Amino acid sequence: MKRIEVIVRPFKLDDVKEKLVSMGIKGMTIDAVKGFGRQRGHTEVYRGAEYTVDFVPKIKIELVVEDEDVSRLVAGIREAAYTGEVGDGKIFVLPMGEAMRIRTGETGGDAI
Amino acid sequence: MVKAPQTFLGESMLQSGDTAFVLISAALVLLMIPGLALFYGGMVRKKNVLGTIMQSFILISLISIEWVYLGYSLSFGPDMGGLLGSLAWAGLGGVGAAPNPNYAATIPHLAFAMFQCMFAAITPALITGAVAERMRFGPFLVFSLAWTILVYNPVCHWVWGNGGWLKEMGVLDFAGGIVVHLTCGAAALAAVMVTGPRKDHGRHQIVPHNLPMTLLGTGLLWFGWFGFNAGSALAADGVAAGAFAATHLGGMAGMATWCAIEWWHRGRPTTLGAASGAVAGLATITPGAGFVAPGAAVFIGMLAGLVCYGAVLLKARLRFDDSLDVVGIHGVGGVLGTLLVGVLAQKLVNPAGADGLLYGNPAQCGTQILAVAVVGVFAFAVSWILLVGVKATMGLRLDPQAETVGLDLSEHTESAYGE
Repeated sequence: MKRIEVIVRPFKLDDVKEKLVSMGIKGMTIDAVKGFGRQRGHTEVYRGAEYTVDFVPKIKIELVVEDEDVSRLVAGIREAAYTGEVGDGKIFVLPMGEAMRIRTGETGGDAI
Repeated sequence: MVKAPQTFLGESMLQSGDTAFVLISAALVLLMIPGLALFYGGMVRKKNVLGTIMQSFILISLISIEWVYLGYSLSFGPDMGGLLGSLAWAGLGGVGAAPNPNYAATIPHLAFAMFQCMFAAITPALITGAVAERMRFGPFLVFSLAWTILVYNPVCHWVWGNGGWLKEMGVLDFAGGIVVHLTCGAAALAAVMVTGPRKDHGRHQIVPHNLPMTLLGTGLLWFGWFGFNAGSALAADGVAAGAFAATHLGGMAGMATWCAIEWWHRGRPTTLGAASGAVAGLATITPGAGFVAPGAAVFIGMLAGLVCYGAVLLKARLRFDDSLDVVGIHGVGGVLGTLLVGVLAQKLVNPAGADGLLYGNPAQCGTQILAVAVVGVFAFAVSWILLVGVKATMGLRLDPQAETVGLDLSEHTESAYGE
Protein backbone atom coordinates (compact mmCIF):
# COMPACT_ATOMS: atom_id res chain seq x y z
CA MET A 1 0.00 0.00 0.00
CA LYS A 2 1.05 3.55 -0.65
CA ARG A 3 -0.18 6.90 0.62
CA ILE A 4 -0.56 9.63 -2.03
CA GLU A 5 -0.45 13.20 -0.77
CA VAL A 6 -1.40 15.88 -3.29
CA ILE A 7 -1.22 19.69 -2.99
CA VAL A 8 -3.41 21.43 -5.60
CA ARG A 9 -4.98 24.77 -6.41
CA PRO A 10 -8.33 25.10 -4.55
CA PHE A 11 -10.33 25.48 -7.74
CA LYS A 12 -8.81 22.27 -9.13
CA LEU A 13 -10.20 20.17 -6.27
CA ASP A 14 -13.41 19.25 -8.06
CA ASP A 15 -11.56 18.28 -11.24
CA VAL A 16 -9.15 16.05 -9.32
CA LYS A 17 -11.95 14.47 -7.29
CA GLU A 18 -13.98 13.70 -10.41
CA LYS A 19 -10.94 12.24 -12.13
CA LEU A 20 -10.10 9.98 -9.16
CA VAL A 21 -13.69 8.82 -8.77
CA SER A 22 -13.80 8.00 -12.48
CA MET A 23 -10.64 5.90 -11.98
CA GLY A 24 -12.31 3.84 -9.26
CA ILE A 25 -11.19 5.57 -6.06
CA LYS A 26 -13.79 5.09 -3.31
CA GLY A 27 -12.72 7.69 -0.75
CA MET A 28 -10.28 10.46 0.11
CA THR A 29 -9.53 13.03 2.81
CA ILE A 30 -8.97 16.71 2.09
CA ASP A 31 -7.78 19.67 4.06
CA ALA A 32 -7.48 23.41 3.40
CA VAL A 33 -3.79 24.27 3.78
CA LYS A 34 -1.48 27.21 3.08
CA GLY A 35 2.02 27.26 1.76
CA PHE A 36 4.38 28.48 -0.90
CA GLY A 37 6.76 27.08 -3.43
CA ARG A 38 8.01 28.79 -6.56
CA GLN A 39 4.69 30.64 -6.91
CA ARG A 40 5.31 32.77 -3.79
CA GLY A 41 2.39 34.91 -2.51
CA HIS A 42 0.45 37.99 -3.53
CA THR A 43 0.02 41.60 -2.35
CA GLU A 44 -2.95 43.08 -0.49
CA VAL A 45 -3.52 46.79 0.15
CA TYR A 46 -5.19 48.29 3.23
CA ARG A 47 -5.49 52.09 3.54
CA GLY A 48 -2.67 52.57 1.10
CA ALA A 49 -0.24 50.23 2.84
CA GLU A 50 0.91 47.09 1.01
CA TYR A 51 0.95 43.75 2.77
CA THR A 52 2.63 40.71 1.28
CA VAL A 53 0.85 37.44 1.81
CA ASP A 54 3.48 34.67 1.57
CA PHE A 55 1.29 31.66 2.13
CA VAL A 56 -1.09 30.85 -0.69
CA PRO A 57 -4.26 28.83 0.03
CA LYS A 58 -4.04 25.28 -1.35
CA ILE A 59 -5.96 22.05 -0.91
CA LYS A 60 -4.22 18.91 0.35
CA ILE A 61 -5.74 15.60 -0.74
CA GLU A 62 -4.73 12.34 0.92
CA LEU A 63 -5.53 8.85 -0.26
CA VAL A 64 -4.25 5.34 0.40
CA VAL A 65 -4.05 2.99 -2.57
CA GLU A 66 -2.70 -0.40 -3.66
CA ASP A 67 0.89 -0.38 -5.02
CA GLU A 68 -0.09 -1.42 -8.54
CA ASP A 69 -2.52 1.56 -8.90
CA VAL A 70 0.00 4.25 -7.98
CA SER A 71 1.48 5.18 -11.35
CA ARG A 72 -1.89 5.30 -13.13
CA LEU A 73 -3.47 7.43 -10.37
CA VAL A 74 -0.52 9.84 -10.20
CA ALA A 75 -0.79 10.37 -13.95
CA GLY A 76 -4.55 10.99 -13.61
CA ILE A 77 -4.07 13.48 -10.78
CA ARG A 78 -1.42 15.37 -12.72
CA GLU A 79 -3.68 15.59 -15.75
CA ALA A 80 -6.63 16.92 -13.70
CA ALA A 81 -4.64 19.44 -11.64
CA TYR A 82 -2.51 20.82 -14.50
CA THR A 83 -2.77 24.43 -15.68
CA GLY A 84 0.82 24.96 -16.79
CA GLU A 85 1.27 28.04 -14.58
CA VAL A 86 3.63 28.17 -11.61
CA GLY A 87 1.69 27.04 -8.53
CA ASP A 88 0.00 23.88 -9.80
CA GLY A 89 1.21 21.97 -6.73
CA LYS A 90 2.95 18.67 -5.91
CA ILE A 91 2.27 14.97 -5.67
CA PHE A 92 4.06 12.92 -2.99
CA VAL A 93 3.96 9.12 -2.77
CA LEU A 94 4.85 7.57 0.61
CA PRO A 95 5.04 4.00 1.89
CA MET A 96 2.09 2.93 4.02
CA GLY A 97 2.31 0.61 7.03
CA GLU A 98 -1.08 -0.81 7.94
CA ALA A 99 -4.72 0.13 7.44
CA MET A 100 -7.90 -0.99 9.21
CA ARG A 101 -11.59 -0.28 8.67
CA ILE A 102 -12.90 0.57 12.15
CA ARG A 103 -16.41 -0.80 11.63
CA THR A 104 -15.45 -4.30 10.43
CA GLY A 105 -11.85 -4.74 11.52
CA GLU A 106 -10.78 -5.54 7.94
CA THR A 107 -7.10 -4.82 7.29
CA GLY A 108 -4.75 -4.12 4.38
CA GLY A 109 -6.17 -3.72 0.88
CA ASP A 110 -9.66 -4.70 2.04
CA ALA A 111 -9.73 -1.71 4.39
CA ILE A 112 -9.12 1.00 1.79
CA MET B 1 -46.27 61.35 -4.37
CA VAL B 2 -49.63 62.58 -5.57
CA LYS B 3 -50.81 65.26 -3.20
CA ALA B 4 -50.77 68.84 -4.37
CA PRO B 5 -53.02 71.21 -2.49
CA GLN B 6 -52.58 74.63 -4.10
CA THR B 7 -51.03 76.95 -1.53
CA PHE B 8 -48.73 79.92 -1.39
CA LEU B 9 -45.07 79.13 -1.84
CA GLY B 10 -42.89 79.87 1.10
CA GLU B 11 -41.51 78.84 4.43
CA SER B 12 -44.78 79.57 6.14
CA MET B 13 -46.37 76.47 4.62
CA LEU B 14 -43.76 74.09 6.02
CA GLN B 15 -44.99 71.56 8.56
CA SER B 16 -42.27 70.57 10.98
CA GLY B 17 -43.78 67.11 11.56
CA ASP B 18 -43.89 66.32 7.84
CA THR B 19 -40.39 67.65 7.30
CA ALA B 20 -38.92 65.64 10.18
CA PHE B 21 -40.65 62.49 8.96
CA VAL B 22 -39.42 62.82 5.37
CA LEU B 23 -35.84 63.62 6.44
CA ILE B 24 -35.78 60.55 8.68
CA SER B 25 -37.37 58.47 5.94
CA ALA B 26 -34.60 59.57 3.56
CA ALA B 27 -32.02 58.36 6.09
CA LEU B 28 -33.91 55.06 6.43
CA VAL B 29 -33.81 54.54 2.66
CA LEU B 30 -30.07 55.23 2.70
CA LEU B 31 -29.69 52.47 5.31
CA MET B 32 -31.24 50.02 2.86
CA ILE B 33 -28.12 50.26 0.69
CA PRO B 34 -25.68 48.80 3.25
CA GLY B 35 -28.56 46.47 4.15
CA LEU B 36 -28.71 45.29 0.55
CA ALA B 37 -24.92 45.01 0.48
CA LEU B 38 -25.02 42.59 3.43
CA PHE B 39 -28.06 40.76 2.02
CA TYR B 40 -26.13 40.10 -1.21
CA GLY B 41 -22.71 39.76 0.44
CA GLY B 42 -23.78 36.80 2.56
CA MET B 43 -25.08 34.91 -0.47
CA VAL B 44 -21.83 34.91 -2.47
CA ARG B 45 -18.68 32.88 -1.87
CA LYS B 46 -16.25 34.36 0.61
CA LYS B 47 -13.73 35.34 -2.07
CA ASN B 48 -16.36 37.72 -3.53
CA VAL B 49 -17.96 39.26 -0.45
CA LEU B 50 -16.08 42.59 -0.49
CA GLY B 51 -16.50 43.08 -4.21
CA THR B 52 -20.23 42.38 -3.88
CA ILE B 53 -20.66 44.78 -0.96
CA MET B 54 -18.61 47.42 -2.80
CA GLN B 55 -20.89 47.31 -5.85
CA SER B 56 -23.81 48.47 -3.69
CA PHE B 57 -21.79 50.75 -1.44
CA ILE B 58 -20.04 52.83 -4.11
CA LEU B 59 -23.37 53.77 -5.69
CA ILE B 60 -24.24 55.86 -2.62
CA SER B 61 -21.47 58.13 -3.82
CA LEU B 62 -21.65 57.78 -7.61
CA ILE B 63 -25.42 58.13 -7.99
CA SER B 64 -25.74 60.92 -5.42
CA ILE B 65 -23.28 62.98 -7.49
CA GLU B 66 -25.29 62.19 -10.63
CA TRP B 67 -28.50 63.08 -8.79
CA VAL B 68 -27.34 66.53 -7.73
CA TYR B 69 -25.87 67.60 -11.07
CA LEU B 70 -28.21 65.82 -13.48
CA GLY B 71 -30.58 63.21 -12.13
CA TYR B 72 -32.94 65.22 -9.98
CA SER B 73 -33.57 67.75 -12.70
CA LEU B 74 -34.02 65.07 -15.41
CA SER B 75 -36.44 63.18 -13.16
CA PHE B 76 -38.44 65.92 -11.48
CA GLY B 77 -37.48 69.15 -13.25
CA PRO B 78 -39.82 71.22 -15.47
CA ASP B 79 -41.48 68.81 -17.90
CA MET B 80 -40.45 68.46 -21.54
CA GLY B 81 -43.17 66.70 -23.51
CA GLY B 82 -44.03 64.25 -20.75
CA LEU B 83 -40.79 62.38 -21.41
CA LEU B 84 -38.05 64.03 -19.34
CA GLY B 85 -37.41 66.91 -16.98
CA SER B 86 -35.34 69.83 -18.27
CA LEU B 87 -31.96 70.74 -16.84
CA ALA B 88 -33.37 73.84 -15.12
CA TRP B 89 -32.67 72.36 -11.68
CA ALA B 90 -29.25 70.86 -12.46
CA GLY B 91 -26.93 71.38 -9.51
CA LEU B 92 -30.11 71.68 -7.42
CA GLY B 93 -30.38 75.34 -8.46
CA GLY B 94 -33.51 76.83 -6.94
CA VAL B 95 -34.17 73.66 -4.94
CA GLY B 96 -34.11 74.89 -1.37
CA ALA B 97 -36.17 75.43 1.75
CA ALA B 98 -39.34 76.57 -0.03
CA PRO B 99 -41.75 73.70 -0.78
CA ASN B 100 -42.68 72.68 -4.29
CA PRO B 101 -46.44 72.09 -4.13
CA ASN B 102 -46.34 69.91 -7.23
CA TYR B 103 -44.53 67.28 -5.17
CA ALA B 104 -45.02 68.03 -1.48
CA ALA B 105 -46.55 71.25 -0.24
CA THR B 106 -45.49 71.05 3.40
CA ILE B 107 -41.79 70.08 3.28
CA PRO B 108 -38.74 71.84 1.84
CA HIS B 109 -38.19 71.05 -1.82
CA LEU B 110 -34.65 70.03 -0.89
CA ALA B 111 -35.98 67.39 1.54
CA PHE B 112 -37.99 65.86 -1.31
CA ALA B 113 -34.93 65.93 -3.60
CA MET B 114 -32.76 64.14 -1.01
CA PHE B 115 -35.44 61.56 -0.25
CA GLN B 116 -35.64 60.76 -3.96
CA CYS B 117 -31.82 60.69 -4.20
CA MET B 118 -31.76 57.56 -2.03
CA PHE B 119 -34.22 55.80 -4.34
CA ALA B 120 -32.02 56.58 -7.33
CA ALA B 121 -28.96 55.20 -5.52
CA ILE B 122 -30.44 51.88 -4.40
CA THR B 123 -32.05 50.96 -7.73
CA PRO B 124 -28.87 50.24 -9.74
CA ALA B 125 -27.46 48.54 -6.61
CA LEU B 126 -30.30 46.04 -6.82
CA ILE B 127 -29.18 45.03 -10.34
CA THR B 128 -25.75 43.89 -9.12
CA GLY B 129 -27.18 40.71 -7.57
CA ALA B 130 -27.99 39.35 -11.01
CA VAL B 131 -24.37 39.39 -12.21
CA ALA B 132 -22.70 38.78 -8.85
CA GLU B 133 -19.19 37.28 -8.70
CA ARG B 134 -18.14 38.04 -12.27
CA MET B 135 -18.34 41.73 -13.28
CA ARG B 136 -15.32 44.04 -13.30
CA PHE B 137 -15.57 47.19 -11.19
CA GLY B 138 -14.76 49.81 -13.88
CA PRO B 139 -17.32 48.64 -16.46
CA PHE B 140 -19.85 48.23 -13.64
CA LEU B 141 -19.45 51.92 -12.71
CA VAL B 142 -19.81 53.05 -16.31
CA PHE B 143 -22.92 50.92 -16.80
CA SER B 144 -24.53 52.05 -13.53
CA LEU B 145 -24.02 55.74 -14.28
CA ALA B 146 -25.28 55.46 -17.86
CA TRP B 147 -28.20 53.31 -16.73
CA THR B 148 -29.29 55.87 -14.15
CA ILE B 149 -29.25 58.65 -16.74
CA LEU B 150 -30.89 56.71 -19.57
CA VAL B 151 -33.30 54.39 -17.74
CA TYR B 152 -33.96 55.44 -14.15
CA ASN B 153 -34.25 59.20 -14.66
CA PRO B 154 -36.67 59.01 -17.63
CA VAL B 155 -38.90 56.33 -16.06
CA CYS B 156 -38.92 58.26 -12.78
CA HIS B 157 -40.11 61.31 -14.71
CA TRP B 158 -42.80 59.39 -16.60
CA VAL B 159 -44.30 57.93 -13.42
CA TRP B 160 -43.62 60.53 -10.70
CA GLY B 161 -42.47 63.73 -12.41
CA ASN B 162 -44.88 66.62 -12.76
CA GLY B 163 -46.21 66.29 -16.33
CA GLY B 164 -44.81 62.78 -16.85
CA TRP B 165 -46.91 60.93 -19.41
CA LEU B 166 -47.70 57.88 -17.27
CA LYS B 167 -48.55 60.07 -14.29
CA GLU B 168 -50.89 62.12 -16.49
CA MET B 169 -52.50 58.88 -17.60
CA GLY B 170 -53.21 58.08 -13.94
CA VAL B 171 -50.82 55.19 -13.31
CA LEU B 172 -50.45 54.34 -9.62
CA ASP B 173 -47.00 53.52 -8.22
CA PHE B 174 -46.86 54.58 -4.60
CA ALA B 175 -43.18 53.93 -3.82
CA GLY B 176 -41.52 52.33 -6.81
CA GLY B 177 -42.98 49.04 -8.06
CA ILE B 178 -42.43 50.38 -11.58
CA VAL B 179 -39.75 53.01 -11.03
CA VAL B 180 -37.49 50.86 -8.81
CA HIS B 181 -38.34 47.16 -8.92
CA LEU B 182 -39.51 46.72 -12.50
CA THR B 183 -36.65 48.79 -13.95
CA CYS B 184 -33.99 46.93 -11.95
CA GLY B 185 -35.59 43.56 -12.71
CA ALA B 186 -35.68 44.25 -16.46
CA ALA B 187 -32.08 45.47 -16.37
CA ALA B 188 -31.08 42.38 -14.39
CA LEU B 189 -32.59 40.14 -17.07
CA ALA B 190 -30.60 41.93 -19.78
CA ALA B 191 -27.46 41.84 -17.62
CA VAL B 192 -27.63 38.08 -17.10
CA MET B 193 -28.16 37.51 -20.82
CA VAL B 194 -25.35 39.79 -21.98
CA THR B 195 -22.85 38.90 -19.25
CA GLY B 196 -23.40 35.15 -19.24
CA PRO B 197 -23.20 32.70 -16.35
CA ARG B 198 -20.39 32.37 -13.83
CA LYS B 199 -17.89 29.83 -15.07
CA ASP B 200 -18.61 27.52 -12.12
CA HIS B 201 -22.37 27.80 -12.66
CA GLY B 202 -23.82 24.34 -13.25
CA ARG B 203 -20.33 22.79 -12.98
CA HIS B 204 -19.62 23.14 -9.30
CA GLN B 205 -21.86 23.84 -6.34
CA ILE B 206 -21.98 27.52 -5.41
CA VAL B 207 -23.39 28.02 -1.92
CA PRO B 208 -23.80 31.14 0.27
CA HIS B 209 -20.79 31.75 2.53
CA ASN B 210 -22.49 33.62 5.41
CA LEU B 211 -26.25 33.42 5.86
CA PRO B 212 -26.28 35.32 9.18
CA MET B 213 -24.93 38.29 7.17
CA THR B 214 -27.79 37.88 4.67
CA LEU B 215 -30.36 37.76 7.48
CA LEU B 216 -28.92 40.88 9.11
CA GLY B 217 -29.16 42.59 5.72
CA THR B 218 -32.77 41.49 5.43
CA GLY B 219 -33.55 43.09 8.78
CA LEU B 220 -31.93 46.36 7.72
CA LEU B 221 -33.82 46.29 4.42
CA TRP B 222 -37.13 45.74 6.21
CA PHE B 223 -36.41 48.57 8.66
CA GLY B 224 -35.42 50.91 5.85
CA TRP B 225 -38.46 49.91 3.81
CA PHE B 226 -40.68 51.76 6.28
CA GLY B 227 -38.94 54.95 5.17
CA PHE B 228 -39.14 53.88 1.52
CA ASN B 229 -42.91 53.24 1.55
CA ALA B 230 -44.38 55.25 4.44
CA GLY B 231 -42.04 58.14 3.62
CA SER B 232 -43.46 58.18 0.08
CA ALA B 233 -46.61 59.71 1.59
CA LEU B 234 -44.33 62.78 1.95
CA ALA B 235 -46.26 63.75 5.08
CA ALA B 236 -46.69 62.32 8.57
CA ASP B 237 -50.36 61.55 8.05
CA GLY B 238 -52.93 58.80 7.68
CA VAL B 239 -51.66 57.73 4.28
CA ALA B 240 -48.18 57.28 5.79
CA ALA B 241 -49.65 55.14 8.57
CA GLY B 242 -51.53 53.06 5.99
CA ALA B 243 -48.36 52.59 3.93
CA PHE B 244 -46.41 51.67 7.07
CA ALA B 245 -48.97 49.01 7.99
CA ALA B 246 -49.22 47.66 4.43
CA THR B 247 -45.41 47.42 4.19
CA HIS B 248 -45.12 45.39 7.37
CA LEU B 249 -48.04 43.15 6.48
CA GLY B 250 -46.73 42.54 2.96
CA GLY B 251 -43.30 41.57 4.29
CA MET B 252 -44.60 39.27 6.99
CA ALA B 253 -47.08 37.56 4.66
CA GLY B 254 -44.33 37.03 2.08
CA MET B 255 -42.01 35.48 4.66
CA ALA B 256 -44.69 33.18 6.11
CA THR B 257 -45.87 32.05 2.69
CA TRP B 258 -42.39 31.33 1.30
CA CYS B 259 -41.50 29.30 4.42
CA ALA B 260 -44.77 27.37 4.31
CA ILE B 261 -44.36 26.48 0.63
CA GLU B 262 -40.73 25.50 1.17
CA TRP B 263 -41.65 23.31 4.14
CA TRP B 264 -44.25 21.52 2.02
CA HIS B 265 -42.12 21.33 -1.14
CA ARG B 266 -38.63 20.63 0.30
CA GLY B 267 -39.45 19.19 3.70
CA ARG B 268 -37.86 22.00 5.75
CA PRO B 269 -38.26 25.79 6.00
CA THR B 270 -34.93 27.61 5.55
CA THR B 271 -33.52 30.91 6.80
CA LEU B 272 -32.64 32.01 3.26
CA GLY B 273 -36.24 31.20 2.31
CA ALA B 274 -37.54 33.41 5.13
CA ALA B 275 -35.29 36.26 3.98
CA SER B 276 -36.26 35.80 0.32
CA GLY B 277 -39.98 35.68 1.14
CA ALA B 278 -39.75 38.85 3.24
CA VAL B 279 -37.96 40.78 0.48
CA ALA B 280 -40.42 39.45 -2.12
CA GLY B 281 -43.36 40.59 0.01
CA LEU B 282 -41.81 44.00 0.66
CA ALA B 283 -40.97 44.56 -3.01
CA THR B 284 -44.43 43.51 -4.13
CA ILE B 285 -46.34 45.70 -1.67
CA THR B 286 -44.23 48.75 -2.63
CA PRO B 287 -46.37 50.09 -5.52
CA GLY B 288 -49.59 49.62 -3.56
CA ALA B 289 -48.48 50.47 -0.04
CA GLY B 290 -50.34 53.79 0.14
CA PHE B 291 -53.34 52.70 -1.96
CA VAL B 292 -54.58 49.39 -0.48
CA ALA B 293 -56.25 48.34 2.78
CA PRO B 294 -54.38 46.19 5.33
CA GLY B 295 -56.26 43.01 4.37
CA ALA B 296 -55.30 43.53 0.73
CA ALA B 297 -51.67 44.02 1.81
CA VAL B 298 -51.63 40.59 3.48
CA PHE B 299 -53.09 39.07 0.32
CA ILE B 300 -50.48 40.81 -1.86
CA GLY B 301 -47.66 39.57 0.42
CA MET B 302 -48.95 35.99 0.28
CA LEU B 303 -49.22 36.06 -3.48
CA ALA B 304 -45.68 37.51 -3.62
CA GLY B 305 -44.32 34.58 -1.61
CA LEU B 306 -46.05 32.08 -3.89
CA VAL B 307 -45.29 33.67 -7.26
CA CYS B 308 -41.67 34.66 -6.48
CA TYR B 309 -40.95 31.15 -5.12
CA GLY B 310 -42.21 29.80 -8.45
CA ALA B 311 -40.14 32.30 -10.41
CA VAL B 312 -36.94 31.31 -8.57
CA LEU B 313 -37.66 27.61 -9.20
CA LEU B 314 -38.23 28.33 -12.87
CA LYS B 315 -34.88 30.12 -13.06
CA ALA B 316 -33.10 27.02 -11.79
CA ARG B 317 -35.05 24.92 -14.29
CA LEU B 318 -33.95 27.22 -17.13
CA ARG B 319 -30.31 27.11 -15.89
CA PHE B 320 -30.30 30.90 -15.95
CA ASP B 321 -27.56 32.44 -13.77
CA ASP B 322 -29.46 35.35 -12.18
CA SER B 323 -27.16 34.67 -9.25
CA LEU B 324 -29.06 36.32 -6.39
CA ASP B 325 -32.55 36.31 -7.96
CA VAL B 326 -33.07 39.94 -8.91
CA VAL B 327 -35.43 39.04 -11.77
CA GLY B 328 -37.35 36.43 -9.77
CA ILE B 329 -37.86 38.59 -6.69
CA HIS B 330 -37.65 42.28 -7.69
CA GLY B 331 -38.72 42.06 -11.33
CA VAL B 332 -41.55 39.60 -10.78
CA GLY B 333 -42.53 41.25 -7.47
CA GLY B 334 -42.59 44.72 -9.05
CA VAL B 335 -44.78 43.56 -11.93
CA LEU B 336 -47.12 41.55 -9.69
CA GLY B 337 -47.50 44.40 -7.19
CA THR B 338 -48.10 47.03 -9.87
CA LEU B 339 -50.79 44.93 -11.53
CA LEU B 340 -52.46 44.17 -8.18
CA VAL B 341 -52.76 47.90 -7.48
CA GLY B 342 -55.08 48.02 -10.49
CA VAL B 343 -57.27 45.44 -8.77
CA LEU B 344 -57.09 46.31 -5.07
CA ALA B 345 -56.59 50.11 -4.83
CA GLN B 346 -59.27 52.04 -2.96
CA LYS B 347 -60.00 55.77 -2.84
CA LEU B 348 -61.28 55.12 0.68
CA VAL B 349 -57.67 54.37 1.69
CA ASN B 350 -56.13 57.28 -0.20
CA PRO B 351 -58.32 59.93 -1.84
CA ALA B 352 -55.38 60.98 -4.04
CA GLY B 353 -55.24 57.43 -5.48
CA ALA B 354 -57.93 55.65 -7.48
CA ASP B 355 -60.33 52.74 -7.21
CA GLY B 356 -59.24 49.44 -8.73
CA LEU B 357 -61.12 46.66 -10.49
CA LEU B 358 -62.70 45.32 -7.29
CA TYR B 359 -64.06 48.76 -6.46
CA GLY B 360 -65.73 49.39 -9.80
CA ASN B 361 -62.94 50.85 -11.91
CA PRO B 362 -61.62 48.20 -14.34
CA ALA B 363 -59.89 50.90 -16.41
CA GLN B 364 -57.19 51.22 -13.73
CA CYS B 365 -56.04 47.68 -14.59
CA GLY B 366 -55.52 48.70 -18.19
CA THR B 367 -53.41 51.70 -17.14
CA GLN B 368 -51.27 49.52 -14.85
CA ILE B 369 -50.77 46.85 -17.54
CA LEU B 370 -49.77 49.48 -20.11
CA ALA B 371 -47.24 51.04 -17.72
CA VAL B 372 -45.68 47.66 -16.89
CA ALA B 373 -45.44 46.70 -20.56
CA VAL B 374 -43.96 49.99 -21.76
CA VAL B 375 -41.51 50.44 -18.88
CA GLY B 376 -40.53 46.75 -18.94
CA VAL B 377 -39.70 46.82 -22.65
CA PHE B 378 -37.98 50.22 -22.43
CA ALA B 379 -35.83 49.30 -19.42
CA PHE B 380 -34.88 45.93 -20.90
CA ALA B 381 -34.03 47.34 -24.33
CA VAL B 382 -31.95 50.30 -23.13
CA SER B 383 -30.14 48.15 -20.55
CA TRP B 384 -29.35 45.58 -23.23
CA ILE B 385 -27.92 48.21 -25.58
CA LEU B 386 -25.86 49.78 -22.79
CA LEU B 387 -24.47 46.43 -21.70
CA VAL B 388 -23.58 45.40 -25.23
CA GLY B 389 -21.88 48.78 -25.69
CA VAL B 390 -19.83 48.46 -22.51
CA LYS B 391 -18.99 44.84 -23.35
CA ALA B 392 -17.71 45.84 -26.80
CA THR B 393 -15.57 48.73 -25.54
CA MET B 394 -14.37 47.81 -22.03
CA GLY B 395 -15.52 44.21 -21.55
CA LEU B 396 -17.81 43.30 -18.67
CA ARG B 397 -16.26 40.27 -17.08
CA LEU B 398 -13.27 39.26 -15.02
CA ASP B 399 -10.89 37.02 -16.92
CA PRO B 400 -11.31 33.36 -15.88
CA GLN B 401 -8.20 33.36 -13.68
CA ALA B 402 -9.44 36.45 -11.79
CA GLU B 403 -12.91 34.96 -11.48
CA THR B 404 -11.29 31.94 -9.85
CA VAL B 405 -9.32 34.11 -7.44
CA GLY B 406 -12.44 36.19 -6.67
CA LEU B 407 -13.47 39.84 -6.85
CA ASP B 408 -11.98 40.77 -3.49
CA LEU B 409 -8.37 40.09 -4.33
CA SER B 410 -8.43 40.64 -8.08
CA GLU B 411 -10.49 43.88 -8.14
CA HIS B 412 -9.78 45.38 -4.70
CA THR B 413 -6.53 43.74 -3.44
CA GLU B 414 -8.18 42.83 -0.15
CA SER B 415 -9.52 39.73 1.52
CA ALA B 416 -12.55 39.86 3.80
CA TYR B 417 -11.55 37.41 6.48
CA GLY B 418 -7.99 37.58 7.76
CA GLU B 419 -6.10 35.13 9.92
